[in-house]
Amino acid sequence: MTALLEVEDLRVAYGKIEAVKGISFSVEAGQVVTLIGTNGAGKTTTLRTLSGLLKPLGGRILFEGKPLTNIPAHKIVALGLAHSPEGRHIFPRLTITENLLLGAYLRSDKAGIEKDVQRAYDLFPILGERRKQAAGTLSGGEQQMLAMGRALMSQPKLLMLDEPSMGLSPIMMQKIMETIVELKASGTTILLVEQNAQAALSLADQGHVMEVGKIVLTGTGADLLHDESVRKAYLGED
Amino acid sequence: MNELPQQLANGLILGAMYGLIAIGYTMVYGIIQLINFAHGEIFMIGGFGALTVYLGLPSGLSLIAAIPLMIAGGVIAAVAISMAAERFAYRPLRTAPRLAPLITAIGLSLALQQAVWMWYPNATKDRSFPQFEGEAFEVFGANIQRGDLFVLVVAPLCMIALGLFVSKTRAGRGMQATSQDPDTAKLMGINTDRIIVMAFAIGAAFAAVAAVAYGLKNGQIGFRMGFIMGLKAFTAAVLGGIGNIYGAMLGGVVLGVAESLATGYMSEVPGMELFGGGAWKDVWAFALLILVLLIRPQGLLGERVADRA
Repeated sequence: MTALLEVEDLRVAYGKIEAVKGISFSVEAGQVVTLIGTNGAGKTTTLRTLSGLLKPLGGRILFEGKPLTNIPAHKIVALGLAHSPEGRHIFPRLTITENLLLGAYLRSDKAGIEKDVQRAYDLFPILGERRKQAAGTLSGGEQQMLAMGRALMSQPKLLMLDEPSMGLSPIMMQKIMETIVELKASGTTILLVEQNAQAALSLADQGHVMEVGKIVLTGTGADLLHDESVRKAYLGED
Repeated sequence: MNELPQQLANGLILGAMYGLIAIGYTMVYGIIQLINFAHGEIFMIGGFGALTVYLGLPSGLSLIAAIPLMIAGGVIAAVAISMAAERFAYRPLRTAPRLAPLITAIGLSLALQQAVWMWYPNATKDRSFPQFEGEAFEVFGANIQRGDLFVLVVAPLCMIALGLFVSKTRAGRGMQATSQDPDTAKLMGINTDRIIVMAFAIGAAFAAVAAVAYGLKNGQIGFRMGFIMGLKAFTAAVLGGIGNIYGAMLGGVVLGVAESLATGYMSEVPGMELFGGGAWKDVWAFALLILVLLIRPQGLLGERVADRA
Protein backbone atom coordinates (compact mmCIF):
# COMPACT_ATOMS: atom_id res chain seq x y z
CA MET A 1 0.00 0.00 0.00
CA THR A 2 1.31 3.42 -0.84
CA ALA A 3 1.15 6.12 1.77
CA LEU A 4 -1.33 8.99 1.54
CA LEU A 5 1.51 11.49 1.68
CA GLU A 6 5.06 10.76 0.76
CA VAL A 7 7.83 13.32 1.15
CA GLU A 8 11.20 12.46 -0.35
CA ASP A 9 14.39 14.43 0.17
CA LEU A 10 12.48 17.73 0.37
CA ARG A 11 14.61 20.86 0.35
CA VAL A 12 13.26 24.39 0.77
CA ALA A 13 15.17 27.66 0.86
CA TYR A 14 14.42 31.31 1.57
CA GLY A 15 16.80 33.02 -0.83
CA LYS A 16 20.16 31.41 -0.10
CA ILE A 17 19.26 30.13 3.33
CA GLU A 18 18.16 26.54 3.28
CA ALA A 19 15.48 26.01 5.90
CA VAL A 20 14.66 22.41 5.09
CA LYS A 21 17.66 20.33 4.09
CA GLY A 22 16.44 17.11 2.58
CA ILE A 23 13.79 15.48 4.74
CA SER A 24 11.80 12.33 4.00
CA PHE A 25 8.74 11.00 5.80
CA SER A 26 5.34 9.61 5.01
CA VAL A 27 1.81 9.67 6.40
CA GLU A 28 -0.49 6.67 6.07
CA ALA A 29 -4.25 7.12 5.85
CA GLY A 30 -5.80 7.19 9.34
CA GLN A 31 -2.54 8.04 11.09
CA VAL A 32 -1.58 11.00 13.21
CA VAL A 33 2.00 11.97 12.42
CA THR A 34 3.77 14.74 14.25
CA LEU A 35 6.79 16.87 13.50
CA ILE A 36 8.33 18.26 16.66
CA GLY A 37 11.34 20.44 17.24
CA THR A 38 12.38 23.88 18.36
CA ASN A 39 11.77 27.20 16.68
CA GLY A 40 13.54 27.42 13.34
CA ALA A 41 13.76 23.67 12.85
CA GLY A 42 11.85 23.94 9.57
CA LYS A 43 8.50 22.48 10.63
CA THR A 44 6.32 25.37 9.46
CA THR A 45 8.36 25.70 6.27
CA THR A 46 7.66 22.04 5.56
CA LEU A 47 3.89 22.49 5.93
CA ARG A 48 3.85 25.68 3.86
CA THR A 49 5.66 23.82 1.10
CA LEU A 50 3.24 20.90 1.25
CA SER A 51 0.29 23.24 0.80
CA GLY A 52 1.99 25.07 -2.07
CA LEU A 53 2.63 28.44 -0.45
CA LEU A 54 6.37 27.86 -0.86
CA LYS A 55 8.13 26.27 -3.80
CA PRO A 56 10.68 23.59 -2.95
CA LEU A 57 14.27 23.72 -4.08
CA GLY A 58 14.30 20.00 -4.66
CA GLY A 59 12.80 16.70 -3.71
CA ARG A 60 9.40 15.16 -4.23
CA ILE A 61 6.00 15.42 -2.57
CA LEU A 62 3.54 12.71 -3.54
CA PHE A 63 -0.07 12.92 -2.41
CA GLU A 64 -2.00 9.77 -3.25
CA GLY A 65 0.87 9.02 -5.60
CA LYS A 66 0.48 12.34 -7.43
CA PRO A 67 3.31 14.91 -7.42
CA LEU A 68 2.33 18.21 -5.76
CA THR A 69 5.42 20.29 -6.33
CA ASN A 70 4.19 22.14 -9.41
CA ILE A 71 0.58 22.67 -8.41
CA PRO A 72 -0.41 26.18 -7.21
CA ALA A 73 -1.63 26.49 -3.62
CA HIS A 74 -5.26 27.14 -4.49
CA LYS A 75 -5.49 23.85 -6.38
CA ILE A 76 -3.87 21.73 -3.70
CA VAL A 77 -6.77 22.06 -1.28
CA ALA A 78 -9.02 20.64 -3.99
CA LEU A 79 -6.94 17.45 -3.93
CA GLY A 80 -7.81 16.92 -0.27
CA LEU A 81 -5.05 18.58 1.67
CA ALA A 82 -6.16 21.21 4.21
CA HIS A 83 -3.81 23.44 6.17
CA SER A 84 -4.62 25.21 9.41
CA PRO A 85 -1.72 27.67 9.51
CA GLU A 86 0.51 28.75 12.34
CA GLY A 87 -0.90 31.79 14.08
CA ARG A 88 -4.43 30.67 13.11
CA HIS A 89 -4.95 33.29 10.37
CA ILE A 90 -8.70 33.45 10.59
CA PHE A 91 -10.29 36.23 8.52
CA PRO A 92 -10.78 38.82 11.26
CA ARG A 93 -13.44 41.02 9.65
CA LEU A 94 -15.66 38.18 8.48
CA THR A 95 -18.11 36.38 10.74
CA ILE A 96 -17.52 32.91 12.10
CA THR A 97 -20.02 31.44 9.67
CA GLU A 98 -18.39 33.24 6.75
CA ASN A 99 -14.98 31.92 7.83
CA LEU A 100 -16.34 28.39 7.87
CA LEU A 101 -17.97 28.84 4.47
CA LEU A 102 -14.62 29.98 3.06
CA GLY A 103 -13.22 26.63 4.18
CA ALA A 104 -15.76 25.08 1.81
CA TYR A 105 -14.98 27.55 -0.99
CA LEU A 106 -14.45 24.86 -3.61
CA ARG A 107 -17.47 22.78 -2.67
CA SER A 108 -20.84 23.24 -4.32
CA ASP A 109 -22.99 20.74 -2.41
CA LYS A 110 -25.11 23.19 -0.49
CA ALA A 111 -26.76 20.65 1.80
CA GLY A 112 -23.44 19.03 2.63
CA ILE A 113 -21.83 22.37 3.43
CA GLU A 114 -24.75 23.25 5.71
CA LYS A 115 -24.32 19.93 7.48
CA ASP A 116 -20.58 20.44 7.95
CA VAL A 117 -21.07 23.96 9.34
CA GLN A 118 -23.40 22.39 11.87
CA ARG A 119 -20.80 19.70 12.58
CA ALA A 120 -18.22 22.41 13.30
CA TYR A 121 -20.67 24.00 15.75
CA ASP A 122 -21.20 20.62 17.41
CA LEU A 123 -17.45 20.11 17.67
CA PHE A 124 -16.96 23.63 19.07
CA PRO A 125 -20.23 24.85 20.63
CA ILE A 126 -18.75 28.27 21.43
CA LEU A 127 -18.45 28.94 17.68
CA GLY A 128 -22.12 28.15 17.23
CA GLU A 129 -23.08 30.61 19.93
CA ARG A 130 -21.10 33.38 18.29
CA ARG A 131 -21.68 32.53 14.65
CA LYS A 132 -22.62 36.08 13.61
CA GLN A 133 -19.69 37.69 15.41
CA ALA A 134 -16.59 38.96 13.58
CA ALA A 135 -13.87 36.34 13.95
CA GLY A 136 -11.36 38.98 15.06
CA THR A 137 -13.29 39.42 18.31
CA LEU A 138 -12.70 35.81 19.39
CA SER A 139 -10.09 34.80 21.96
CA GLY A 140 -6.94 32.99 20.82
CA GLY A 141 -8.30 29.58 21.71
CA GLU A 142 -11.60 30.25 19.98
CA GLN A 143 -9.74 31.44 16.90
CA GLN A 144 -7.79 28.18 16.93
CA MET A 145 -11.06 26.24 17.04
CA LEU A 146 -12.32 28.29 14.12
CA ALA A 147 -9.13 27.68 12.13
CA MET A 148 -9.47 23.93 12.69
CA GLY A 149 -13.17 23.95 11.93
CA ARG A 150 -12.51 25.94 8.76
CA ALA A 151 -9.82 23.50 7.60
CA LEU A 152 -12.22 20.59 8.14
CA MET A 153 -14.84 22.27 5.94
CA SER A 154 -12.98 21.19 2.79
CA GLN A 155 -13.48 17.53 3.83
CA PRO A 156 -9.75 16.92 3.67
CA LYS A 157 -8.08 13.56 3.28
CA LEU A 158 -5.16 15.02 5.21
CA LEU A 159 -5.48 17.74 7.82
CA MET A 160 -2.31 19.70 8.56
CA LEU A 161 -2.29 21.54 11.87
CA ASP A 162 0.52 23.99 12.53
CA GLU A 163 1.09 24.77 16.21
CA PRO A 164 -2.55 24.50 17.28
CA SER A 165 -1.63 24.97 20.94
CA MET A 166 0.58 28.02 20.48
CA GLY A 167 -0.14 30.82 22.92
CA LEU A 168 -3.12 29.11 24.52
CA SER A 169 -3.98 28.75 28.18
CA PRO A 170 -3.45 25.24 29.61
CA ILE A 171 -7.19 24.62 29.69
CA MET A 172 -7.67 25.74 26.12
CA MET A 173 -4.63 23.72 25.04
CA GLN A 174 -6.15 20.63 26.59
CA LYS A 175 -9.44 21.26 24.81
CA ILE A 176 -7.63 21.53 21.46
CA MET A 177 -5.66 18.35 22.09
CA GLU A 178 -8.85 16.51 23.05
CA THR A 179 -10.37 17.63 19.79
CA ILE A 180 -7.43 16.22 17.87
CA VAL A 181 -7.93 12.90 19.66
CA GLU A 182 -11.61 13.03 18.70
CA LEU A 183 -10.77 13.74 15.07
CA LYS A 184 -8.28 10.89 15.07
CA ALA A 185 -10.90 8.54 16.50
CA SER A 186 -13.27 9.50 13.70
CA GLY A 187 -10.62 8.46 11.17
CA THR A 188 -9.14 11.84 10.15
CA THR A 189 -5.56 11.67 8.97
CA ILE A 190 -3.51 14.41 10.63
CA LEU A 191 -0.06 15.88 10.19
CA LEU A 192 0.59 17.81 13.38
CA VAL A 193 3.36 20.32 13.94
CA GLU A 194 3.91 21.18 17.58
CA GLN A 195 6.35 22.69 19.98
CA ASN A 196 4.49 21.06 22.82
CA ALA A 197 6.23 17.73 22.28
CA GLN A 198 4.66 15.98 25.25
CA ALA A 199 1.12 16.56 24.04
CA ALA A 200 1.90 15.85 20.40
CA LEU A 201 3.81 12.62 20.99
CA SER A 202 1.27 11.19 23.39
CA LEU A 203 -1.41 11.19 20.69
CA ALA A 204 0.71 10.54 17.58
CA ASP A 205 1.19 7.19 15.86
CA GLN A 206 4.48 8.37 14.50
CA GLY A 207 6.79 11.24 15.33
CA HIS A 208 9.76 12.92 13.68
CA VAL A 209 12.13 15.18 15.53
CA MET A 210 13.45 18.05 13.42
CA GLU A 211 16.58 20.05 14.10
CA VAL A 212 17.84 22.84 11.85
CA GLY A 213 16.17 21.57 8.71
CA LYS A 214 16.74 17.86 9.17
CA ILE A 215 14.90 14.94 10.70
CA VAL A 216 17.22 13.63 13.39
CA LEU A 217 15.03 11.04 15.03
CA THR A 218 11.99 9.01 14.00
CA GLY A 219 9.83 6.63 15.95
CA THR A 220 6.38 5.87 17.26
CA GLY A 221 4.89 8.49 19.54
CA ALA A 222 5.37 6.27 22.56
CA ASP A 223 8.99 5.45 21.67
CA LEU A 224 9.95 9.07 21.30
CA LEU A 225 8.12 10.00 24.45
CA HIS A 226 10.41 7.63 26.32
CA ASP A 227 13.56 8.40 24.38
CA GLU A 228 16.17 9.87 26.65
CA SER A 229 17.52 12.47 24.22
CA VAL A 230 14.00 13.65 23.39
CA ARG A 231 13.13 13.89 27.07
CA LYS A 232 16.22 15.98 27.65
CA ALA A 233 15.86 18.28 24.68
CA TYR A 234 12.12 18.78 24.41
CA LEU A 235 10.40 17.68 27.53
CA GLY A 236 12.43 19.78 29.92
CA GLU A 237 13.98 16.98 31.92
CA ASP A 238 17.59 16.72 32.94
CA MET B 1 -33.76 80.35 -6.61
CA ASN B 2 -32.83 78.87 -3.29
CA GLU B 3 -29.07 78.62 -3.11
CA LEU B 4 -28.34 76.00 -0.44
CA PRO B 5 -30.35 73.16 -2.04
CA GLN B 6 -28.66 73.96 -5.32
CA GLN B 7 -25.18 73.80 -3.82
CA LEU B 8 -26.01 70.51 -2.10
CA ALA B 9 -27.36 69.05 -5.33
CA ASN B 10 -24.25 70.12 -7.24
CA GLY B 11 -22.08 68.57 -4.55
CA LEU B 12 -24.03 65.35 -4.62
CA ILE B 13 -23.74 65.04 -8.40
CA LEU B 14 -20.01 65.68 -8.32
CA GLY B 15 -19.57 63.44 -5.27
CA ALA B 16 -21.41 60.52 -6.85
CA MET B 17 -18.93 60.68 -9.73
CA TYR B 18 -15.95 60.83 -7.37
CA GLY B 19 -17.37 57.90 -5.44
CA LEU B 20 -17.80 55.72 -8.52
CA ILE B 21 -14.20 56.32 -9.54
CA ALA B 22 -12.97 55.92 -5.96
CA ILE B 23 -14.29 52.34 -5.89
CA GLY B 24 -11.50 51.36 -8.28
CA TYR B 25 -8.77 52.88 -6.12
CA THR B 26 -10.12 51.37 -2.95
CA MET B 27 -10.74 47.84 -4.24
CA VAL B 28 -7.31 47.49 -5.81
CA TYR B 29 -5.63 48.98 -2.76
CA GLY B 30 -7.66 46.74 -0.47
CA ILE B 31 -6.37 43.64 -2.20
CA ILE B 32 -2.81 44.34 -3.33
CA GLN B 33 -1.98 47.60 -1.50
CA LEU B 34 -1.28 49.30 -4.80
CA ILE B 35 -2.38 52.86 -5.45
CA ASN B 36 -3.23 52.53 -9.10
CA PHE B 37 -2.44 56.04 -10.26
CA ALA B 38 -3.38 55.06 -13.81
CA HIS B 39 -7.00 54.63 -12.70
CA GLY B 40 -7.84 58.22 -13.67
CA GLU B 41 -6.83 57.34 -17.23
CA ILE B 42 -8.97 54.20 -17.12
CA PHE B 43 -11.85 56.59 -16.35
CA MET B 44 -10.84 58.77 -19.31
CA ILE B 45 -10.65 55.75 -21.64
CA GLY B 46 -14.12 54.72 -20.48
CA GLY B 47 -15.32 58.12 -21.70
CA PHE B 48 -13.71 57.69 -25.10
CA GLY B 49 -15.09 54.15 -25.39
CA ALA B 50 -18.58 55.49 -24.80
CA LEU B 51 -18.06 58.32 -27.30
CA THR B 52 -16.80 55.89 -29.94
CA VAL B 53 -19.96 53.83 -29.64
CA TYR B 54 -22.13 56.97 -29.81
CA LEU B 55 -20.42 58.15 -32.99
CA GLY B 56 -20.99 54.75 -34.58
CA LEU B 57 -24.72 54.67 -33.85
CA PRO B 58 -27.34 55.69 -36.44
CA SER B 59 -28.10 59.38 -36.05
CA GLY B 60 -31.85 58.94 -35.53
CA LEU B 61 -31.42 57.01 -32.28
CA SER B 62 -32.49 58.86 -29.12
CA LEU B 63 -29.86 59.48 -26.47
CA ILE B 64 -31.86 57.52 -23.89
CA ALA B 65 -31.64 54.44 -26.11
CA ALA B 66 -27.99 55.10 -26.87
CA ILE B 67 -26.89 55.39 -23.23
CA PRO B 68 -26.89 51.65 -22.39
CA LEU B 69 -24.83 50.96 -25.51
CA MET B 70 -22.47 53.81 -24.66
CA ILE B 71 -22.02 52.45 -21.14
CA ALA B 72 -21.30 49.02 -22.60
CA GLY B 73 -18.68 50.48 -24.95
CA GLY B 74 -17.05 52.48 -22.18
CA VAL B 75 -17.01 49.53 -19.81
CA ILE B 76 -15.49 47.22 -22.42
CA ALA B 77 -12.73 49.69 -23.29
CA ALA B 78 -11.91 50.52 -19.65
CA VAL B 79 -12.01 46.92 -18.44
CA ALA B 80 -9.87 45.68 -21.33
CA ILE B 81 -7.16 48.30 -20.76
CA SER B 82 -7.29 47.83 -17.00
CA MET B 83 -6.97 44.05 -17.23
CA ALA B 84 -4.09 44.39 -19.68
CA ALA B 85 -2.37 46.82 -17.29
CA GLU B 86 -2.78 44.36 -14.44
CA ARG B 87 -1.50 41.44 -16.46
CA PHE B 88 1.47 43.04 -18.17
CA ALA B 89 2.45 45.99 -15.97
CA TYR B 90 1.55 45.16 -12.37
CA ARG B 91 1.56 41.38 -12.09
CA PRO B 92 5.25 40.98 -12.96
CA LEU B 93 5.98 43.42 -10.11
CA ARG B 94 3.79 41.67 -7.54
CA THR B 95 6.75 40.75 -5.35
CA ALA B 96 8.86 43.82 -6.15
CA PRO B 97 9.35 46.62 -3.61
CA ARG B 98 6.21 48.76 -3.42
CA LEU B 99 7.81 51.76 -5.07
CA ALA B 100 8.21 49.85 -8.35
CA PRO B 101 4.50 49.31 -9.13
CA LEU B 102 3.75 52.84 -7.94
CA ILE B 103 6.18 54.35 -10.41
CA THR B 104 4.85 51.99 -13.08
CA ALA B 105 1.34 53.29 -12.40
CA ILE B 106 2.45 56.88 -12.87
CA GLY B 107 4.25 55.96 -16.08
CA LEU B 108 1.23 54.06 -17.33
CA SER B 109 -0.95 57.05 -16.58
CA LEU B 110 1.19 59.28 -18.81
CA ALA B 111 1.44 56.64 -21.52
CA LEU B 112 -2.33 56.19 -21.70
CA GLN B 113 -2.91 59.95 -21.91
CA GLN B 114 -0.41 60.25 -24.72
CA ALA B 115 -1.81 57.22 -26.54
CA VAL B 116 -5.28 58.75 -26.63
CA TRP B 117 -3.86 62.15 -27.60
CA MET B 118 -1.95 60.63 -30.51
CA TRP B 119 -4.24 57.96 -31.80
CA TYR B 120 -7.83 58.91 -31.03
CA PRO B 121 -9.18 61.04 -33.89
CA ASN B 122 -9.07 64.75 -33.02
CA ALA B 123 -8.41 64.05 -29.37
CA THR B 124 -5.72 66.71 -29.10
CA LYS B 125 -8.60 69.01 -28.19
CA ASP B 126 -11.67 68.24 -26.10
CA ARG B 127 -14.31 66.28 -28.00
CA SER B 128 -17.94 67.11 -27.52
CA PHE B 129 -20.15 64.56 -25.78
CA PRO B 130 -23.87 64.12 -26.52
CA GLN B 131 -26.26 66.12 -24.32
CA PHE B 132 -29.84 65.68 -23.20
CA GLU B 133 -32.15 68.38 -24.52
CA GLY B 134 -34.77 69.98 -22.38
CA GLU B 135 -35.51 71.85 -19.20
CA ALA B 136 -33.91 71.09 -15.87
CA PHE B 137 -35.98 69.36 -13.20
CA GLU B 138 -36.69 71.16 -9.99
CA VAL B 139 -36.26 69.04 -6.88
CA PHE B 140 -36.52 70.56 -3.37
CA GLY B 141 -35.70 73.95 -4.80
CA ALA B 142 -32.64 72.78 -6.73
CA ASN B 143 -32.36 72.68 -10.50
CA ILE B 144 -31.09 69.36 -11.74
CA GLN B 145 -30.05 69.17 -15.37
CA ARG B 146 -31.32 66.17 -17.29
CA GLY B 147 -27.81 64.86 -17.86
CA ASP B 148 -27.02 65.07 -14.15
CA LEU B 149 -29.94 62.86 -13.29
CA PHE B 150 -28.02 59.95 -14.80
CA VAL B 151 -25.37 59.75 -12.09
CA LEU B 152 -27.89 60.32 -9.29
CA VAL B 153 -29.79 57.24 -10.43
CA VAL B 154 -26.94 55.02 -11.55
CA ALA B 155 -24.43 55.55 -8.73
CA PRO B 156 -26.73 54.21 -5.97
CA LEU B 157 -27.68 51.26 -8.17
CA CYS B 158 -24.02 50.43 -8.80
CA MET B 159 -23.27 50.67 -5.09
CA ILE B 160 -26.15 48.40 -4.09
CA ALA B 161 -25.11 45.86 -6.71
CA LEU B 162 -21.50 45.92 -5.51
CA GLY B 163 -22.53 45.63 -1.86
CA LEU B 164 -24.65 42.57 -2.64
CA PHE B 165 -21.92 41.04 -4.76
CA VAL B 166 -19.27 41.42 -2.05
CA SER B 167 -21.38 40.25 0.87
CA LYS B 168 -23.64 37.63 -0.67
CA THR B 169 -21.78 35.80 -3.40
CA ARG B 170 -19.03 33.24 -3.14
CA ALA B 171 -16.68 35.30 -5.32
CA GLY B 172 -17.39 38.33 -3.14
CA ARG B 173 -16.49 36.41 -0.02
CA GLY B 174 -13.35 35.24 -1.79
CA MET B 175 -12.55 38.86 -2.51
CA GLN B 176 -12.94 39.86 1.14
CA ALA B 177 -10.82 36.91 2.24
CA THR B 178 -8.09 37.82 -0.24
CA SER B 179 -7.99 41.40 0.97
CA GLN B 180 -7.73 40.33 4.60
CA ASP B 181 -5.15 37.56 4.23
CA PRO B 182 -4.02 36.55 0.72
CA ASP B 183 -1.91 33.53 1.68
CA THR B 184 -4.63 32.03 3.81
CA ALA B 185 -7.13 32.75 1.03
CA LYS B 186 -5.04 30.50 -1.22
CA LEU B 187 -5.27 27.78 1.43
CA MET B 188 -9.06 27.98 1.08
CA GLY B 189 -8.70 27.21 -2.63
CA ILE B 190 -9.24 30.79 -3.76
CA ASN B 191 -7.47 31.68 -6.99
CA THR B 192 -6.17 35.03 -5.76
CA ASP B 193 -4.83 36.02 -9.18
CA ARG B 194 -8.35 35.84 -10.51
CA ILE B 195 -9.67 37.87 -7.57
CA ILE B 196 -7.12 40.58 -8.30
CA VAL B 197 -8.17 40.72 -11.95
CA MET B 198 -11.79 40.94 -10.79
CA ALA B 199 -10.99 43.92 -8.56
CA PHE B 200 -9.33 45.75 -11.45
CA ALA B 201 -12.25 44.93 -13.76
CA ILE B 202 -14.98 46.09 -11.36
CA GLY B 203 -13.09 49.30 -10.64
CA ALA B 204 -12.68 49.97 -14.36
CA ALA B 205 -16.36 49.31 -15.07
CA PHE B 206 -17.42 51.77 -12.36
CA ALA B 207 -14.97 54.36 -13.69
CA ALA B 208 -16.47 53.98 -17.18
CA VAL B 209 -19.96 54.62 -15.80
CA ALA B 210 -18.58 57.71 -14.06
CA ALA B 211 -17.05 58.83 -17.35
CA VAL B 212 -20.41 58.68 -19.12
CA ALA B 213 -21.83 60.77 -16.26
CA TYR B 214 -18.95 63.22 -16.63
CA GLY B 215 -19.53 63.56 -20.37
CA LEU B 216 -23.26 64.10 -19.95
CA LYS B 217 -22.63 66.75 -17.29
CA ASN B 218 -19.81 68.67 -18.95
CA GLY B 219 -20.69 68.22 -22.60
CA GLN B 220 -17.14 67.32 -23.51
CA ILE B 221 -14.38 64.87 -22.69
CA GLY B 222 -10.64 65.12 -23.21
CA PHE B 223 -7.48 63.10 -22.78
CA ARG B 224 -6.50 65.10 -19.68
CA MET B 225 -9.77 64.65 -17.81
CA GLY B 226 -8.51 61.66 -15.82
CA PHE B 227 -5.85 63.59 -13.98
CA ILE B 228 -7.81 65.87 -11.70
CA MET B 229 -10.84 63.55 -11.48
CA GLY B 230 -8.54 60.67 -10.59
CA LEU B 231 -6.77 62.72 -7.95
CA LYS B 232 -10.09 63.80 -6.44
CA ALA B 233 -11.42 60.26 -6.47
CA PHE B 234 -8.24 59.04 -4.81
CA THR B 235 -8.75 61.74 -2.20
CA ALA B 236 -12.32 60.51 -1.74
CA ALA B 237 -11.08 56.94 -1.26
CA VAL B 238 -8.60 58.02 1.41
CA LEU B 239 -11.17 60.29 3.01
CA GLY B 240 -13.65 57.43 3.33
CA GLY B 241 -11.04 54.93 4.49
CA ILE B 242 -9.06 53.26 1.74
CA GLY B 243 -9.93 49.59 1.30
CA ASN B 244 -13.56 50.15 2.27
CA ILE B 245 -16.05 50.28 -0.63
CA TYR B 246 -18.74 52.11 1.34
CA GLY B 247 -16.07 54.52 2.53
CA ALA B 248 -15.20 55.30 -1.08
CA MET B 249 -18.77 56.32 -1.89
CA LEU B 250 -19.18 58.27 1.36
CA GLY B 251 -15.82 59.95 0.84
CA GLY B 252 -16.87 60.92 -2.67
CA VAL B 253 -20.12 62.50 -1.52
CA VAL B 254 -18.50 64.30 1.42
CA LEU B 255 -15.78 65.64 -0.85
CA GLY B 256 -18.21 66.73 -3.55
CA VAL B 257 -20.53 68.50 -1.11
CA ALA B 258 -17.63 70.13 0.74
CA GLU B 259 -16.21 71.43 -2.54
CA SER B 260 -19.54 72.75 -3.61
CA LEU B 261 -20.28 74.47 -0.30
CA ALA B 262 -16.80 75.99 -0.17
CA THR B 263 -17.27 77.33 -3.68
CA GLY B 264 -20.65 78.80 -2.79
CA TYR B 265 -20.11 80.14 0.70
CA MET B 266 -16.44 80.54 1.53
CA SER B 267 -16.42 84.11 0.23
CA GLU B 268 -19.13 85.00 2.77
CA VAL B 269 -16.99 83.90 5.72
CA PRO B 270 -15.42 87.04 7.25
CA GLY B 271 -11.76 87.27 6.33
CA MET B 272 -12.05 84.65 3.61
CA GLU B 273 -13.49 86.92 0.91
CA LEU B 274 -10.60 86.16 -1.44
CA PHE B 275 -10.88 82.39 -1.17
CA GLY B 276 -14.38 81.71 -2.47
CA GLY B 277 -15.43 80.85 -5.98
CA GLY B 278 -14.65 77.96 -8.27
CA ALA B 279 -10.95 78.67 -8.64
CA TRP B 280 -10.33 77.66 -5.03
CA LYS B 281 -12.42 74.51 -4.93
CA ASP B 282 -9.50 72.11 -5.39
CA VAL B 283 -7.66 73.82 -2.55
CA TRP B 284 -10.60 73.19 -0.20
CA ALA B 285 -10.90 69.60 -1.34
CA PHE B 286 -7.27 68.84 -0.50
CA ALA B 287 -7.41 70.91 2.68
CA LEU B 288 -10.26 68.67 3.79
CA LEU B 289 -8.11 65.62 3.04
CA ILE B 290 -5.26 66.96 5.14
CA LEU B 291 -7.65 67.73 7.98
CA VAL B 292 -9.11 64.22 7.95
CA LEU B 293 -5.65 62.64 7.79
CA LEU B 294 -4.64 64.66 10.85
CA ILE B 295 -7.70 63.86 12.91
CA ARG B 296 -8.64 60.42 11.64
CA PRO B 297 -5.80 58.93 9.58
CA GLN B 298 -7.70 55.73 8.83
CA GLY B 299 -10.44 57.73 7.07
CA LEU B 300 -14.10 58.08 7.91
CA LEU B 301 -15.04 54.38 7.74
CA GLY B 302 -11.57 52.87 7.81
CA GLU B 303 -10.36 50.58 10.51
CA ARG B 304 -7.03 51.01 12.18
CA VAL B 305 -4.98 48.17 10.77
CA ALA B 306 -1.75 47.76 12.65
CA ASP B 307 -0.22 45.08 10.45
CA ARG B 308 -0.39 47.19 7.31
CA ALA B 309 2.15 49.92 7.40
